[in-house]
Amino acid sequence: MFEISELNKRNRKTQKLFQILFMMMTLLLITPVLIILGTLIYKGGSIISVDFLFTHPTDGMTAGGIFPALFGTVWIVAVALLASVPIGVAAAIYLSEYAPDNWLTRIINLAIINLAGVPSIVHALFGVGAFVIFFKFGTSILAASLTLAIMTLPVVIVASRESLQAVPKAFREACWNMGATRWQTIRRVVLPNAVSGILTGVILEVSRTTGETAPIMFTGAAFFLPFLPQSVFDQTMALSLHLFVVSTQVPGVPEELPYGVALVLIAMVLLMNSISIAFRMYLRGKKKW
Amino acid sequence: MVSSAEALVKDANQTLKLDVRDLSIYYGDTPALENVTLDVREHEIFGIIGPANAGKTSFLKTLNRMDMFTSNMKVQGDIHFNGFDIQKTRNIYALRSRIGVVFPLPVGLPLTIYENVALSPRLSGIRNKADLDVIVERCLTRAALWDEVKDRLDSLGSLLSGGQQQRLTIARALSQEPDVLMLDEFSIAVDPVTTMRIEDVLKELKSEMTIILVTNLVQQARRLADRTAFFLEGKCVEIGDTEDLFTGNAKEQSTIDYIEGKFG
Repeated sequence: MFEISELNKRNRKTQKLFQILFMMMTLLLITPVLIILGTLIYKGGSIISVDFLFTHPTDGMTAGGIFPALFGTVWIVAVALLASVPIGVAAAIYLSEYAPDNWLTRIINLAIINLAGVPSIVHALFGVGAFVIFFKFGTSILAASLTLAIMTLPVVIVASRESLQAVPKAFREACWNMGATRWQTIRRVVLPNAVSGILTGVILEVSRTTGETAPIMFTGAAFFLPFLPQSVFDQTMALSLHLFVVSTQVPGVPEELPYGVALVLIAMVLLMNSISIAFRMYLRGKKKW
Repeated sequence: MVSSAEALVKDANQTLKLDVRDLSIYYGDTPALENVTLDVREHEIFGIIGPANAGKTSFLKTLNRMDMFTSNMKVQGDIHFNGFDIQKTRNIYALRSRIGVVFPLPVGLPLTIYENVALSPRLSGIRNKADLDVIVERCLTRAALWDEVKDRLDSLGSLLSGGQQQRLTIARALSQEPDVLMLDEFSIAVDPVTTMRIEDVLKELKSEMTIILVTNLVQQARRLADRTAFFLEGKCVEIGDTEDLFTGNAKEQSTIDYIEGKFG
């Protein structure tokens, strides 16, 4: 009854073949990541130290640490978040919970998707025109952060909207039936259950903001500054631009320095992503339906 | 003394809770319900029976203005609730809070058991923990669920069994202190024992509120309803005393056929 026929054998072989094929593709996918990380650690690991992280560059940026760049990146990212998260989450709530399904909503949704596809250099030039010149912020942390905020808004909006939409409609209807307003329903039932997805979007935004170079190099990030910025209206150094500068613009930089800067940059992003994953797992453990 | 009390009860029975005139409901251009005229009296259980697509659920939706969340749903005709025209009232939130709704599939909100029942009082502004405790215990007790959950009020409502969740949604509806309780085929996802317990609960609640019971079980209507309406293909075929309908005194042949299980 259970003898293995020729057909069975062939089916099994094909199944095995595809399984191996797909696995190879997956391994191929992670190879560059491993090579990048490996190279950075091998070539740049030796330079990483507390001093490297917390002192200023010296000798025309060929020696010393990266503190002003690290400090500036944290500032730029923080201000960008302050600007984009409230706007992005509010827009997502409107689109998911309030907006009627009409042509205007559809156009807005399309625009958001297209905004995500605009090259970062175009955002950079927009930032120069809008924030540096028109609003007269000058090249400053504020202008750089706002440029980044606009560039990453679609990430926040799409992630937040998806996680709001993932909350079952029946919950909303049960609340409305009780006489709850839309806002009461959002606050009591929808939002608490969408927070983990929204946070994921925010952290994704942080990773992307940390690494961007083009949007900040014309709007607020400086080649070299002897002092730390005193307010959001000052220019600052930033890690991503610093990496570009020490790898291509300055002669006589020791080989391990750019690798070290890149390693710190990647470590920041990985750290951020790990926090996001851990937090998501924690919230998912508390998932309520 | 006794006779005057009886007269009072009789008067109360005559009070109209809901007065529906020439109600028609359309989804786009397709009619779901046409020219329904009926009234629901205070402190009665009003049963609605009928096969799928008869317009029963659409009917309930219009009573608490949930039709406004369905973009292509159009409602014509007059509905008066306690004498107020519900199409004209601006405070639909107050209207909805006067009407408790129980759905076919229990919807345990993703909150704790306690918060499921405390939600509606909270929405209406009650903050005091002691007051909320009292409401939660009272509503869960009346929904015949208190004994099963009193030791785990802080666990999630959505993790209860189907039958318990349905009683939780009844407790939640009761926490609104509604005038009218509408149940839409509440026993679909509930075991027979729990169904009987809920039916007992409904019989007790009748003294405090008006109940509209949409059911796909004709015998459930017979057990519970004072009067029953038979909906078929978007029309209200017949309304009568439940006892009359079920003892062969229905006026329409289709009602008799449906009750006897010849179709549906």
